[in-house]
Amino acid sequence: MSQTPPPARKLPELEPDTAFYWTSGAEGVLRIQRCADCGIYQHPPFPRCSCCGSEAVAPAPVSGKGRIASYTINYEPWVPGLEVPFVFAAVELTEQRELYVFTNLLAPAEAARVGMAVTVEFEQHDDVWLPMFRPDAGEDAA
Amino acid sequence: MTLYPEKLTCITGAAQSEVGRPSSRTALQLTADACLAAIADAGLKVSDIDGIATYPGKSSEGGGIAPVSPSEAAAVLGIEPRWILASAEGFSHMAPIFNAITAIACGLARHVVVFRSVAQATARLASRQSTLMAGSRSRVDGNNAWTVPYNALSPINTFALYAQAYFEKYGANEEQLGMIAVSGRRNAALNENAVYRKPLSLEDYLAARVISTPLRLFDCDSHIDGSTAIVVSHIDAAKDLRNPPLHIESMGMAVGGLWAGRYEGDFTSIPAAHRAGEMLWQRTDLKPADMDCAQIYDGFSIHVWMWMEALGLVPRGEACRFVEGGQRIALDGELPLNTGGGQLSAGRFHGYGHIHEATVQLWGRGAGRQVRDAKTCVISNGGYGYGAMILRRD
Repeated sequence: MSQTPPPARKLPELEPDTAFYWTSGAEGVLRIQRCADCGIYQHPPFPRCSCCGSEAVAPAPVSGKGRIASYTINYEPWVPGLEVPFVFAAVELTEQRELYVFTNLLAPAEAARVGMAVTVEFEQHDDVWLPMFRPDAGEDAA
Repeated sequence: MTLYPEKLTCITGAAQSEVGRPSSRTALQLTADACLAAIADAGLKVSDIDGIATYPGKSSEGGGIAPVSPSEAAAVLGIEPRWILASAEGFSHMAPIFNAITAIACGLARHVVVFRSVAQATARLASRQSTLMAGSRSRVDGNNAWTVPYNALSPINTFALYAQAYFEKYGANEEQLGMIAVSGRRNAALNENAVYRKPLSLEDYLAARVISTPLRLFDCDSHIDGSTAIVVSHIDAAKDLRNPPLHIESMGMAVGGLWAGRYEGDFTSIPAAHRAGEMLWQRTDLKPADMDCAQIYDGFSIHVWMWMEALGLVPRGEACRFVEGGQRIALDGELPLNTGGGQLSAGRFHGYGHIHEATVQLWGRGAGRQVRDAKTCVISNGGYGYGAMILRRD
């Protein structure tokens, strides 16, 4: 009997409020929920704006650029087959203060820095396009 | 001063079951052990108990984090509760205590037994992965959907973000953080029910493997089997009981941030914990400097710094320097901290070890780890929801 290797990642369930976030990468664009009335972005998405109460919330394209707010290099192989080390990071998107998304950094672990400029890159697994981030060399040089 | 409900209540009894990695006793047996001992400690009979509450209730998910419901505990104990509660939501581990306080103040109950049981050591024997965040289904949903696909499979990955951001903002270092584990272990050596009692030096701490930078093995608490119970009573019903009542001087609670899946602030503090801290001090004339000891939640070591600052025990950005060297947090220091070893060394009683240890200190039961003349203790619980209490003995 052959043993099936575990999946590299456990994928997110595509739920009604969140599916757009995980599938938007099919078009190469990162989308974050935005309120049409007050203009605020909110993530994770909710059925109404937690700032002004409006229900006019909808996915809106964003630049896909941001900076690493914090990161950690994970060394523990939690499940068989998990490749370590890897960087788990919170990225603050350029569009708004404290607008965070979680991600892995597509770079050698030792390159990670708080404040590092990063840009989105999608990684497709089945029907999910995971937003990943890599160093944005152009931005850091600028 | 407004009459706050907690001022009408007090803790009259407390007990802990044995701690096991694993225990040969089931979660329900351990629960009964702790509850019956706490009721006896208060000088009460089972028939005196008219309320029972727990966090979080019962679930087959979570690897033994939620093994016992209050209904089955009541049945096993022979309690016929008028008031009963399981609270998985809200102010984290202290929610059933705060709710019990409210029920007692409203006259719904006189003596409530509050318990917290864990069977995580047993669950991990069956599967080491049972305590991870990924769940048992093929895909992950809810809040964990934002982190698990990125292989942040343990809460340590999230709290490591806080540690890294704090280190960078305040210039903190690993020797300072290591003192939480080292100091806790020193105290655990004097606690017969602690799961780890072997001495731990700062060198041992630094030599241990890194789990998720900057956090190492000894920055993590440890899965156990065990149960803690306390009896919360109306002050009028506590007068002639066995122990001097431990007054619930104040309580503070908050939800937000992590609990709602939202990340507030810049990862160098937990804003909702600060809101719990503000509420705590608004309800008492006591000040942080009046605290004789502190039992501060340490699911991971970094929680202690977050909470010390949230509770105003030290200024923002100063927890790292306050604990450096360990003298100020030692049993004979300025603010004796996690005097039973905390969760890092005594085991993950999930906040209730901290509450139990506060009762040990205030009732003078600490023996070798007793803080001299301890009359006040501040306690905090939680990494995702936030609760804090001050206990005071006359």
